[in-house]
Amino acid sequence: MLGLGIVKGLIETARNFLGSYVDKNRLVTVQFPEERLPVAEAARNFPFLIYDGVDPEQGLRCVACQICEKECPPRCITIEKSKDKKPDFVGKSQFYPAVFDIDVSVCMSCQICVEVCPFDAIRMDNEFELSTTDRFGGLLWTKEKLARPNEHYLAIHPTEAAEVEARRAEEKAQAEAKKQQAAVTQ
Amino acid sequence: MSQVAEDIMEISMGPQHPSTHGVFRMDVRLEGERVLRLKPVFGYLHRNHEKIAENASYLAAIPYTDRLDYLCSMTNNWGYALAVEKLAGLAVPERAEYIRVIVAELTRLQNHAGMVGFLLQDMGASGTPLMYAFTQREKVLDLFEELSGARMMCNYMRFGGVRVDCSPEWLRQTAALVAAFGGFLDEFEQLLTGNEILMARTQGVGVLPQELAINAGVTGPGLRASGVNYDLRKVDRYGIYERFQFRVPLGEHGDVFDRYMMRVLEMRESVKILEQALRDIPSGPVMDPKAKVRGLRPKVGEAYARIESPKGELGFYLISDGTPNPYRYRVRPPSLINLTVLEDMCLGQNIADVVVILGSIDIVMGEVDR
Repeated sequence: MLGLGIVKGLIETARNFLGSYVDKNRLVTVQFPEERLPVAEAARNFPFLIYDGVDPEQGLRCVACQICEKECPPRCITIEKSKDKKPDFVGKSQFYPAVFDIDVSVCMSCQICVEVCPFDAIRMDNEFELSTTDRFGGLLWTKEKLARPNEHYLAIHPTEAAEVEARRAEEKAQAEAKKQQAAVTQ
Repeated sequence: MSQVAEDIMEISMGPQHPSTHGVFRMDVRLEGERVLRLKPVFGYLHRNHEKIAENASYLAAIPYTDRLDYLCSMTNNWGYALAVEKLAGLAVPERAEYIRVIVAELTRLQNHAGMVGFLLQDMGASGTPLMYAFTQREKVLDLFEELSGARMMCNYMRFGGVRVDCSPEWLRQTAALVAAFGGFLDEFEQLLTGNEILMARTQGVGVLPQELAINAGVTGPGLRASGVNYDLRKVDRYGIYERFQFRVPLGEHGDVFDRYMMRVLEMRESVKILEQALRDIPSGPVMDPKAKVRGLRPKVGEAYARIESPKGELGFYLISDGTPNPYRYRVRPPSLINLTVLEDMCLGQNIADVVVILGSIDIVMGEVDR
Protein backbone atom coordinates (compact mmCIF):
# COMPACT_ATOMS: atom_id res chain seq x y z
CA MET A 1 0.00 0.00 0.00
CA LEU A 2 1.35 3.36 -0.95
CA GLY A 3 2.10 5.48 2.08
CA LEU A 4 2.64 2.60 4.47
CA GLY A 5 6.36 3.38 4.75
CA ILE A 6 5.62 6.95 5.71
CA VAL A 7 3.12 5.83 8.36
CA LYS A 8 5.69 3.40 9.76
CA GLY A 9 8.25 6.19 9.93
CA LEU A 10 5.78 8.47 11.68
CA ILE A 11 5.10 5.74 14.25
CA GLU A 12 8.84 5.67 14.86
CA THR A 13 9.07 9.42 15.43
CA ALA A 14 6.00 9.29 17.67
CA ARG A 15 7.59 6.51 19.68
CA ASN A 16 10.72 8.59 20.16
CA PHE A 17 8.76 11.71 21.04
CA LEU A 18 6.47 10.04 23.57
CA GLY A 19 9.27 7.79 24.78
CA SER A 20 11.35 10.81 25.70
CA TYR A 21 8.92 11.48 28.55
CA VAL A 22 9.55 8.11 30.18
CA ASP A 23 12.87 6.81 28.86
CA LYS A 24 16.09 8.63 29.70
CA ASN A 25 17.87 7.09 26.70
CA ARG A 26 15.52 8.83 24.30
CA LEU A 27 15.99 12.22 25.92
CA VAL A 28 19.54 12.93 24.86
CA THR A 29 19.90 16.70 24.75
CA VAL A 30 21.94 18.28 27.52
CA GLN A 31 20.93 21.88 28.21
CA PHE A 32 24.41 23.40 28.26
CA PRO A 33 25.40 25.80 29.99
CA GLU A 34 22.76 25.32 32.68
CA GLU A 35 23.35 21.59 32.69
CA ARG A 36 26.87 20.17 32.43
CA LEU A 37 28.15 16.66 31.98
CA PRO A 38 31.24 15.56 33.90
CA VAL A 39 34.41 15.93 31.82
CA ALA A 40 36.14 12.65 30.90
CA GLU A 41 39.35 11.98 32.77
CA ALA A 42 41.41 11.69 29.59
CA ALA A 43 39.92 14.88 28.13
CA ARG A 44 42.50 17.32 26.89
CA ASN A 45 42.28 20.83 25.65
CA PHE A 46 45.27 23.06 26.30
CA PRO A 47 48.66 22.50 27.97
CA PHE A 48 49.78 23.88 31.31
CA LEU A 49 53.11 23.87 33.12
CA ILE A 50 53.36 22.04 36.42
CA TYR A 51 55.09 23.55 39.44
CA ASP A 52 55.83 21.85 42.76
CA GLY A 53 55.35 23.60 46.07
CA VAL A 54 53.84 27.04 46.43
CA ASP A 55 56.00 29.33 44.28
CA PRO A 56 55.21 29.08 40.55
CA GLU A 57 58.55 30.66 39.67
CA GLN A 58 60.76 28.44 41.87
CA GLY A 59 58.89 25.17 41.57
CA LEU A 60 58.48 25.07 37.79
CA ARG A 61 59.53 21.64 36.55
CA CYS A 62 60.43 22.83 33.05
CA VAL A 63 64.19 22.86 32.40
CA ALA A 64 63.94 24.66 29.03
CA CYS A 65 65.26 21.69 27.04
CA GLN A 66 63.16 22.93 24.08
CA ILE A 67 62.12 19.44 22.93
CA CYS A 68 58.43 20.38 22.92
CA GLU A 69 59.22 23.55 21.00
CA LYS A 70 60.88 21.48 18.26
CA GLU A 71 58.27 18.69 18.21
CA CYS A 72 55.14 20.85 18.36
CA PRO A 73 53.39 20.28 14.99
CA PRO A 74 51.99 23.82 14.55
CA ARG A 75 55.05 25.38 16.30
CA CYS A 76 53.01 27.34 18.83
CA ILE A 77 55.55 27.17 21.69
CA THR A 78 58.30 29.75 22.22
CA ILE A 79 61.00 29.07 24.80
CA GLU A 80 63.99 31.13 25.83
CA LYS A 81 66.56 29.48 28.06
CA SER A 82 67.70 31.20 31.24
CA LYS A 83 71.30 32.38 31.73
CA ASP A 84 71.60 31.03 35.30
CA LYS A 85 70.60 27.70 36.80
CA LYS A 86 68.45 26.53 39.70
CA PRO A 87 68.25 23.14 41.44
CA ASP A 88 65.46 20.73 40.38
CA PHE A 89 63.59 18.22 42.54
CA VAL A 90 66.53 15.82 42.88
CA GLY A 91 68.94 18.67 43.58
CA LYS A 92 70.56 18.73 40.16
CA SER A 93 71.31 22.18 38.82
CA GLN A 94 69.19 22.93 35.74
CA PHE A 95 68.26 25.77 33.44
CA TYR A 96 64.76 27.15 33.64
CA PRO A 97 62.68 28.92 30.97
CA ALA A 98 63.16 32.70 30.99
CA VAL A 99 60.31 32.87 28.48
CA PHE A 100 57.71 30.16 27.87
CA ASP A 101 54.85 31.26 25.64
CA ILE A 102 52.09 29.24 24.01
CA ASP A 103 49.82 30.78 21.42
CA VAL A 104 46.29 29.57 22.18
CA SER A 105 45.05 30.50 18.73
CA VAL A 106 47.63 28.24 17.06
CA CYS A 107 47.69 25.26 19.45
CA MET A 108 45.74 22.28 18.09
CA SER A 109 45.47 20.31 21.35
CA CYS A 110 47.32 17.27 20.04
CA GLN A 111 49.28 16.66 23.27
CA ILE A 112 52.51 15.77 21.49
CA CYS A 113 54.34 18.21 23.80
CA VAL A 114 53.12 16.11 26.73
CA GLU A 115 54.31 12.87 25.17
CA VAL A 116 57.81 14.06 24.35
CA CYS A 117 58.49 15.89 27.65
CA PRO A 118 61.08 13.88 29.62
CA PHE A 119 60.58 15.92 32.81
CA ASP A 120 56.79 15.57 33.32
CA ALA A 121 56.69 19.34 33.19
CA ILE A 122 53.88 19.94 30.70
CA ARG A 123 50.44 18.34 30.83
CA MET A 124 47.03 18.86 29.26
CA ASP A 125 44.33 20.79 31.06
CA ASN A 126 40.67 19.94 30.51
CA GLU A 127 39.38 23.48 30.83
CA PHE A 128 37.62 24.41 27.61
CA GLU A 129 36.04 27.84 28.02
CA LEU A 130 39.07 29.85 26.94
CA SER A 131 37.50 32.46 24.69
CA THR A 132 38.56 36.05 25.11
CA THR A 133 37.68 39.41 23.62
CA ASP A 134 41.36 40.38 23.39
CA ARG A 135 42.51 39.00 20.06
CA PHE A 136 46.26 39.40 20.51
CA GLY A 137 47.52 39.64 24.09
CA GLY A 138 44.75 37.49 25.48
CA LEU A 139 45.60 34.56 23.25
CA LEU A 140 49.33 34.48 23.98
CA TRP A 141 49.77 32.71 27.30
CA THR A 142 53.00 33.40 29.18
CA LYS A 143 54.56 31.08 31.74
CA GLU A 144 52.87 32.95 34.60
CA LYS A 145 49.47 32.14 33.13
CA LEU A 146 50.46 28.60 32.13
CA ALA A 147 51.82 27.58 35.55
CA ARG A 148 49.50 25.38 37.58
CA PRO A 149 50.25 23.57 40.85
CA ASN A 150 50.85 19.82 40.87
CA GLU A 151 47.65 19.45 42.94
CA HIS A 152 45.68 20.61 39.90
CA TYR A 153 47.22 17.81 37.84
CA LEU A 154 46.43 15.28 40.54
CA ALA A 155 42.84 16.48 40.59
CA ILE A 156 42.11 16.38 36.85
CA HIS A 157 44.05 13.26 35.75
CA PRO A 158 44.23 11.16 38.96
CA THR A 159 45.26 7.80 37.44
CA GLU A 160 47.95 9.18 35.18
CA ALA A 161 49.21 11.59 37.86
CA ALA A 162 49.52 8.80 40.43
CA GLU A 163 51.88 6.93 38.08
CA VAL A 164 53.97 10.04 37.52
CA GLU A 165 54.13 10.74 41.26
CA ALA A 166 55.30 7.19 41.99
CA ARG A 167 58.00 7.40 39.33
CA ARG A 168 59.26 10.75 40.54
CA ALA A 169 59.32 9.58 44.16
CA GLU A 170 61.45 6.62 43.08
CA GLU A 171 63.84 8.85 41.11
CA LYS A 172 64.18 11.15 44.09
CA ALA A 173 64.87 8.24 46.45
CA GLN A 174 67.52 6.89 44.06
CA ALA A 175 69.17 10.30 43.80
CA GLU A 176 69.25 10.67 47.58
CA ALA A 177 70.67 7.18 48.06
CA LYS A 178 73.40 8.04 45.55
CA LYS A 179 74.17 11.25 47.39
CA GLN A 180 74.43 9.42 50.72
CA GLN A 181 76.66 6.80 49.19
CA ALA A 182 78.89 9.52 47.76
CA ALA A 183 79.09 11.12 51.22
CA VAL A 184 79.99 7.78 52.81
CA THR A 185 82.76 7.01 50.31
CA GLN A 186 84.22 10.46 50.80
CA MET B 1 18.12 24.22 -31.91
CA SER B 2 18.97 27.88 -31.38
CA GLN B 3 15.68 28.14 -29.52
CA VAL B 4 16.96 25.53 -27.05
CA ALA B 5 20.33 27.18 -26.70
CA GLU B 6 18.67 30.34 -25.48
CA ASP B 7 17.06 28.40 -22.64
CA ILE B 8 20.35 27.10 -21.34
CA MET B 9 21.32 28.59 -18.03
CA GLU B 10 24.61 28.29 -16.26
CA ILE B 11 24.57 28.56 -12.50
CA SER B 12 27.23 28.26 -9.85
CA MET B 13 26.26 26.11 -6.88
CA GLY B 14 28.45 26.85 -3.92
CA PRO B 15 31.02 27.32 -2.50
CA GLN B 16 28.82 28.44 0.38
CA HIS B 17 25.91 26.08 0.07
CA PRO B 18 24.62 24.11 3.02
CA SER B 19 24.32 20.85 1.14
CA THR B 20 27.70 20.85 -0.59
CA HIS B 21 29.34 19.36 2.51
CA GLY B 22 31.93 22.05 2.93
CA VAL B 23 33.36 24.63 0.58
CA PHE B 24 32.77 23.05 -2.80
CA ARG B 25 31.49 24.62 -6.00
CA MET B 26 29.73 23.11 -8.98
CA ASP B 27 29.36 24.96 -12.27
CA VAL B 28 26.13 23.52 -13.60
CA ARG B 29 24.77 24.11 -17.09
CA LEU B 30 21.02 23.56 -17.12
CA GLU B 31 18.34 23.15 -19.70
CA GLY B 32 15.24 23.83 -17.69
CA GLU B 33 15.88 21.65 -14.68
CA ARG B 34 17.97 19.08 -16.52
CA VAL B 35 21.74 19.01 -16.05
CA LEU B 36 23.68 19.29 -19.32
CA ARG B 37 27.14 19.74 -17.86
CA LEU B 38 28.62 19.86 -14.40
CA LYS B 39 32.07 21.05 -13.51
CA PRO B 40 33.24 20.49 -9.95
CA VAL B 41 35.56 23.20 -8.60
CA PHE B 42 37.48 22.51 -5.44
CA GLY B 43 40.56 23.67 -3.59
CA TYR B 44 38.92 26.16 -1.25
CA LEU B 45 40.02 24.19 1.79
CA HIS B 46 43.59 23.50 0.71
CA ARG B 47 45.84 23.50 3.76
CA ASN B 48 49.11 22.26 2.32
CA HIS B 49 48.89 19.02 4.27
CA GLU B 50 51.49 17.08 2.29
CA LYS B 51 54.17 19.77 2.36
CA ILE B 52 53.61 20.39 6.08
CA ALA B 53 54.14 16.69 6.72
CA GLU B 54 57.31 16.70 4.62
CA ASN B 55 58.73 19.47 6.78
CA ALA B 56 57.74 17.92 10.10
CA SER B 57 58.89 14.80 11.90
CA TYR B 58 57.07 11.51 11.37
CA LEU B 59 55.34 11.93 14.72
CA ALA B 60 54.21 15.49 14.07
CA ALA B 61 52.25 14.44 10.96
CA ILE B 62 49.80 12.29 12.96
CA PRO B 63 47.72 15.17 14.32
CA TYR B 64 47.52 16.57 10.80
CA THR B 65 46.13 13.29 9.46
CA ASP B 66 43.26 13.72 11.96
CA ARG B 67 42.26 16.76 9.99
CA LEU B 68 42.08 15.07 6.59
CA ASP B 69 38.73 13.40 6.93
CA TYR B 70 37.71 15.00 10.17
CA LEU B 71 34.83 12.61 10.74
CA CYS B 72 37.11 9.56 10.76
CA SER B 73 40.33 10.58 12.47
CA MET B 74 40.94 7.08 13.83
CA THR B 75 41.10 5.42 10.42
CA ASN B 76 43.30 8.23 9.07
CA ASN B 77 45.72 7.62 11.95
CA TRP B 78 45.71 3.94 11.17
CA GLY B 79 46.51 4.39 7.48
CA TYR B 80 49.44 6.63 8.26
CA ALA B 81 50.70 4.48 11.13
CA LEU B 82 50.55 1.44 8.85
CA ALA B 83 52.65 3.20 6.20
CA VAL B 84 55.32 4.21 8.71
CA GLU B 85 55.33 0.75 10.26
CA LYS B 86 55.93 -0.72 6.83
CA LEU B 87 58.72 1.76 6.20
CA ALA B 88 60.44 1.30 9.55
CA GLY B 89 59.67 -2.39 9.98
CA LEU B 90 57.81 -2.16 13.27
CA ALA B 91 55.55 -4.86 14.65
CA VAL B 92 52.25 -4.16 16.37
CA PRO B 93 51.31 -6.08 19.53
CA GLU B 94 48.21 -8.25 19.49
CA ARG B 95 46.15 -6.11 21.85
CA ALA B 96 46.90 -2.94 19.91
CA GLU B 97 45.71 -4.64 16.71
CA TYR B 98 42.41 -5.47 18.37
CA ILE B 99 42.00 -1.94 19.73
CA ARG B 100 42.71 -0.59 16.25
CA VAL B 101 40.00 -2.76 14.73
CA ILE B 102 37.54 -1.74 17.45
CA VAL B 103 38.10 1.99 17.04
CA ALA B 104 38.13 1.72 13.23
CA GLU B 105 34.79 -0.09 13.17
CA LEU B 106 33.34 2.39 15.67
CA THR B 107 34.50 5.10 13.29
CA ARG B 108 32.72 3.34 10.45
CA LEU B 109 29.52 3.18 12.48
CA GLN B 110 29.51 6.87 13.29
CA ASN B 111 30.57 7.92 9.78
CA HIS B 112 27.91 5.86 8.04
CA ALA B 113 25.18 6.88 10.49
CA GLY B 114 26.12 10.51 9.97
CA MET B 115 26.32 10.08 6.20
CA VAL B 116 22.79 8.65 6.02
CA GLY B 117 21.56 11.50 8.19
CA PHE B 118 23.18 14.09 5.94
CA LEU B 119 21.84 12.38 2.81
CA LEU B 120 18.32 12.61 4.18
CA GLN B 121 18.96 16.21 5.15
CA ASP B 122 19.92 16.88 1.51
CA MET B 123 16.64 15.32 0.42
CA GLY B 124 14.73 17.72 2.59
CA ALA B 125 13.99 15.58 5.63
CA SER B 126 14.96 18.45 7.87
CA GLY B 127 16.54 17.27 11.02
CA THR B 128 14.86 14.13 12.24
CA PRO B 129 16.99 11.38 10.59
CA LEU B 130 20.13 13.45 11.08
CA MET B 131 19.42 13.98 14.75
CA TYR B 132 18.62 10.31 15.27
CA ALA B 133 21.94 9.43 13.65
CA PHE B 134 23.74 11.99 15.78
CA THR B 135 22.45 10.52 19.04
CA GLN B 136 24.44 7.40 18.16
CA ARG B 137 27.41 9.30 16.80
CA GLU B 138 27.51 11.23 20.07
CA LYS B 139 27.84 7.99 22.03
CA VAL B 140 30.74 6.85 19.86
CA LEU B 141 32.46 10.22 20.22
CA ASP B 142 32.07 10.02 24.00
CA LEU B 143 33.88 6.69 23.90
CA PHE B 144 36.64 8.24 21.78
CA GLU B 145 36.99 11.08 24.26
CA GLU B 146 37.34 8.70 27.15
CA LEU B 147 39.96 6.69 25.29
CA SER B 148 42.04 9.30 23.48
CA GLY B 149 41.12 12.57 25.16
CA ALA B 150 39.46 14.16 22.16
CA ARG B 151 36.18 13.57 20.43
CA MET B 152 37.14 14.17 16.82
CA MET B 153 40.85 14.93 16.59
CA CYS B 154 41.84 11.75 18.37
CA ASN B 155 45.58 11.58 17.57
CA TYR B 156 45.45 8.09 19.03
CA MET B 157 47.59 5.68 17.02
CA ARG B 158 51.35 5.53 17.08
CA PHE B 159 53.92 3.65 15.02
CA GLY B 160 54.06 0.26 16.67
CA GLY B 161 50.79 0.37 18.54
CA VAL B 162 48.39 2.82 20.13
CA ARG B 163 49.09 5.64 22.54
CA VAL B 164 47.24 4.45 25.63
CA ASP B 165 45.63 1.20 26.67
CA CYS B 166 41.87 0.99 27.07
CA SER B 167 40.38 0.22 30.45
CA PRO B 168 38.05 -2.75 31.16
CA GLU B 169 35.37 -0.17 31.89
CA TRP B 170 35.82 1.30 28.42
CA LEU B 171 35.49 -2.13 26.83
CA ARG B 172 32.34 -2.73 28.84
CA GLN B 173 30.82 0.55 27.67
CA THR B 174 31.77 -0.25 24.07
CA ALA B 175 30.14 -3.67 24.35
CA ALA B 176 26.97 -2.02 25.66
CA LEU B 177 26.94 0.42 22.73
CA VAL B 178 27.51 -2.36 20.22
CA ALA B 179 24.76 -4.48 21.78
CA ALA B 180 22.29 -1.59 21.52
CA PHE B 181 23.34 -0.53 18.01
CA GLY B 182 21.37 -3.25 16.23
CA GLY B 183 18.18 -1.95 17.85
CA PHE B 184 18.99 1.55 16.68
CA LEU B 185 19.55 0.31 13.13
CA ASP B 186 16.18 -1.46 13.18
CA GLU B 187 14.49 1.76 14.25
CA PHE B 188 16.46 3.77 11.71
CA GLU B 189 15.46 1.44 8.88
CA GLN B 190 11.86 1.44 10.04
CA LEU B 191 11.97 5.21 9.75
CA LEU B 192 13.70 5.36 6.38
CA THR B 193 14.11 2.28 4.21
CA GLY B 194 10.49 1.67 3.32
CA ASN B 195 9.65 5.35 3.03
CA GLU B 196 8.02 6.05 -0.34
CA ILE B 197 9.45 9.55 -0.63
CA LEU B 198 12.97 8.29 -0.05
CA MET B 199 12.51 5.56 -2.64
CA ALA B 200 11.08 8.00 -5.19
CA ARG B 201 13.97 10.38 -4.66
CA THR B 202 16.72 7.75 -4.76
CA GLN B 203 15.81 4.75 -6.90
CA GLY B 204 17.18 5.06 -10.41
CA VAL B 205 18.83 8.37 -9.56
CA GLY B 206 22.55 8.93 -10.10
CA VAL B 207 23.32 5.51 -11.53
CA LEU B 208 27.01 4.67 -11.57
CA PRO B 209 27.68 1.86 -14.07
CA GLN B 210 30.05 -0.87 -12.92
CA GLU B 211 32.46 -0.32 -15.80
CA LEU B 212 32.80 3.39 -15.11
CA ALA B 213 33.17 2.85 -11.36
CA ILE B 214 36.12 0.53 -11.90
CA ASN B 215 37.76 2.69 -14.56
CA ALA B 216 37.45 5.85 -12.49
CA GLY B 217 39.01 4.21 -9.47
CA VAL B 218 35.98 4.63 -7.25
CA THR B 219 36.37 2.70 -3.99
CA GLY B 220 34.41 2.05 -0.85
CA PRO B 221 30.65 1.71 -0.50
CA GLY B 222 30.14 3.63 -3.76
CA LEU B 223 31.96 0.93 -5.72
CA ARG B 224 30.26 -1.92 -3.91
CA ALA B 225 26.85 -0.37 -4.57
CA SER B 226 27.62 -0.89 -8.27
CA GLY B 227 28.15 -4.57 -7.60
CA VAL B 228 31.94 -4.82 -7.51
CA ASN B 229 33.16 -7.06 -4.73
CA TYR B 230 36.17 -5.09 -3.60
CA ASP B 231 36.77 -4.42 0.08
CA LEU B 232 40.35 -3.95 1.27
CA ARG B 233 39.50 -5.64 4.55
CA LYS B 234 38.98 -8.78 2.46
CA VAL B 235 41.48 -8.09 -0.34
CA ASP B 236 44.50 -6.90 1.65
CA ARG B 237 43.56 -8.32 5.05
CA TYR B 238 45.62 -5.64 6.72
CA GLY B 239 45.82 -5.72 10.49
CA ILE B 240 44.00 -8.77 11.76
CA TYR B 241 40.90 -8.64 9.58
CA GLU B 242 41.35 -12.23 8.40
CA ARG B 243 40.28 -13.39 11.87
CA PHE B 244 36.80 -11.94 11.67
CA GLN B 245 33.70 -13.38 10.06
CA PHE B 246 31.86 -10.74 8.08
CA ARG B 247 30.29 -10.32 4.69
CA VAL B 248 30.70 -7.59 2.12
CA PRO B 249 27.30 -6.24 1.05
CA LEU B 250 26.93 -5.63 -2.69
CA GLY B 251 24.46 -3.51 -4.60
CA GLU B 252 22.80 -4.23 -7.93
CA HIS B 253 21.81 -1.00 -9.59
CA GLY B 254 24.47 1.45 -8.44
CA ASP B 255 21.91 4.17 -7.79
CA VAL B 256 21.59 6.43 -4.75
CA PHE B 257 19.28 3.97 -3.01
CA ASP B 258 21.88 1.20 -3.31
CA ARG B 259 24.54 3.51 -1.94
CA TYR B 260 22.24 4.30 0.98
CA MET B 261 21.57 0.61 1.60
CA MET B 262 25.31 -0.17 1.48
CA ARG B 263 25.85 2.10 4.45
CA VAL B 264 23.07 0.52 6.48
CA LEU B 265 24.23 -3.02 5.67
CA GLU B 266 27.87 -2.19 6.36
CA MET B 267 26.92 -0.87 9.77
CA ARG B 268 25.32 -4.23 10.50
CA GLU B 269 28.51 -6.01 9.42
CA SER B 270 30.62 -3.64 11.52
CA VAL B 271 28.52 -4.55 14.54
CA LYS B 272 29.40 -8.20 13.88
CA ILE B 273 33.12 -7.42 13.66
CA LEU B 274 32.94 -5.40 16.86
CA GLU B 275 31.20 -8.21 18.71
CA GLN B 276 33.93 -10.65 17.69
CA ALA B 277 36.75 -8.23 18.47
CA LEU B 278 35.37 -7.38 21.90
CA ARG B 279 34.98 -11.07 22.65
CA ASP B 280 38.51 -12.05 21.60
CA ILE B 281 40.61 -9.09 22.74
CA PRO B 282 43.67 -10.39 24.61
CA SER B 283 45.62 -8.63 27.35
CA GLY B 284 49.19 -7.48 26.89
CA PRO B 285 51.20 -4.45 25.88
CA VAL B 286 49.87 -1.94 23.37
CA MET B 287 53.18 -0.60 22.09
CA ASP B 288 56.09 -2.29 20.35
CA PRO B 289 58.98 -1.91 22.85
CA LYS B 290 61.37 -1.19 19.96
CA ALA B 291 59.29 1.74 18.75
CA LYS B 292 60.50 5.20 19.65
CA VAL B 293 57.99 7.99 20.04
CA ARG B 294 60.45 10.72 19.15
CA GLY B 295 63.23 10.98 16.59
CA LEU B 296 62.16 8.16 14.28
CA ARG B 297 64.58 7.84 11.34
CA PRO B 298 63.50 5.03 9.04
CA LYS B 299 66.15 3.70 6.70
CA VAL B 300 66.14 4.82 3.06
CA GLY B 301 63.18 3.38 1.20
CA GLU B 302 59.56 3.80 0.27
CA ALA B 303 56.27 2.36 1.46
CA TYR B 304 52.63 2.48 0.46
CA ALA B 305 49.97 1.36 2.88
CA ARG B 306 46.23 1.43 2.29
CA ILE B 307 43.22 0.75 4.41
CA GLU B 308 39.49 0.56 3.88
CA SER B 309 38.41 3.81 5.49
CA PRO B 310 34.64 4.36 5.77
CA LYS B 311 34.79 6.36 2.53
CA GLY B 312 36.97 4.03 0.48
CA GLU B 313 40.61 3.22 -0.09
CA LEU B 314 42.76 5.57 1.95
CA GLY B 315 46.44 5.26 1.04
CA PHE B 316 49.61 6.86 2.32
CA TYR B 317 52.78 6.85 0.26
CA LEU B 318 56.05 7.71 1.98
CA ILE B 319 59.62 8.00 0.77
CA SER B 320 62.33 8.14 3.40
CA ASP B 321 65.81 9.48 2.76
CA GLY B 322 67.04 8.59 6.24
CA THR B 323 66.34 12.00 7.78
CA PRO B 324 63.81 12.59 10.59
CA ASN B 325 61.20 13.87 8.15
CA PRO B 326 59.81 12.11 5.06
CA TYR B 327 61.25 13.06 1.67
CA ARG B 328 57.88 12.60 0.03
CA TYR B 329 54.50 12.21 1.65
CA ARG B 330 51.45 11.60 -0.43
CA VAL B 331 47.84 10.86 0.47
CA ARG B 332 45.48 8.94 -1.77
CA PRO B 333 42.17 10.34 -0.55
CA PRO B 334 39.03 8.32 -1.29
CA SER B 335 36.77 11.39 -1.23
CA LEU B 336 38.62 13.16 -4.07
CA ILE B 337 38.73 10.15 -6.37
CA ASN B 338 35.10 9.20 -5.70
CA LEU B 339 34.15 12.76 -6.56
CA THR B 340 35.57 12.55 -10.09
CA VAL B 341 32.54 10.59 -11.35
CA LEU B 342 30.08 13.22 -10.12
CA GLU B 343 29.45 14.67 -13.58
CA ASP B 344 28.75 11.28 -15.14
CA MET B 345 26.23 10.48 -12.43
CA CYS B 346 24.49 13.85 -12.68
CA LEU B 347 24.09 14.21 -16.46
CA GLY B 348 20.44 14.19 -17.47
CA GLN B 349 19.23 14.37 -13.89
CA ASN B 350 17.28 17.18 -12.30
CA ILE B 351 19.06 19.93 -10.47
CA ALA B 352 17.37 18.88 -7.22
CA ASP B 353 18.90 15.43 -7.58
CA VAL B 354 22.44 16.78 -7.93
CA VAL B 355 22.49 17.58 -4.24
CA VAL B 356 21.24 14.10 -3.38
CA ILE B 357 23.83 12.44 -5.64
CA LEU B 358 26.61 14.50 -4.11
CA GLY B 359 25.40 13.51 -0.65
CA SER B 360 25.41 9.85 -1.63
CA ILE B 361 29.11 9.93 -2.56
CA ASP B 362 29.92 10.85 1.05
CA ILE B 363 32.72 13.38 0.75
CA VAL B 364 34.54 15.44 3.32
CA MET B 365 36.21 18.50 1.85
CA GLY B 366 39.07 18.32 4.31
CA GLU B 367 40.16 15.20 2.53
CA VAL B 368 39.39 16.34 -1.02
CA ASP B 369 41.49 19.51 -0.81
CA ARG B 370 43.95 18.51 1.92
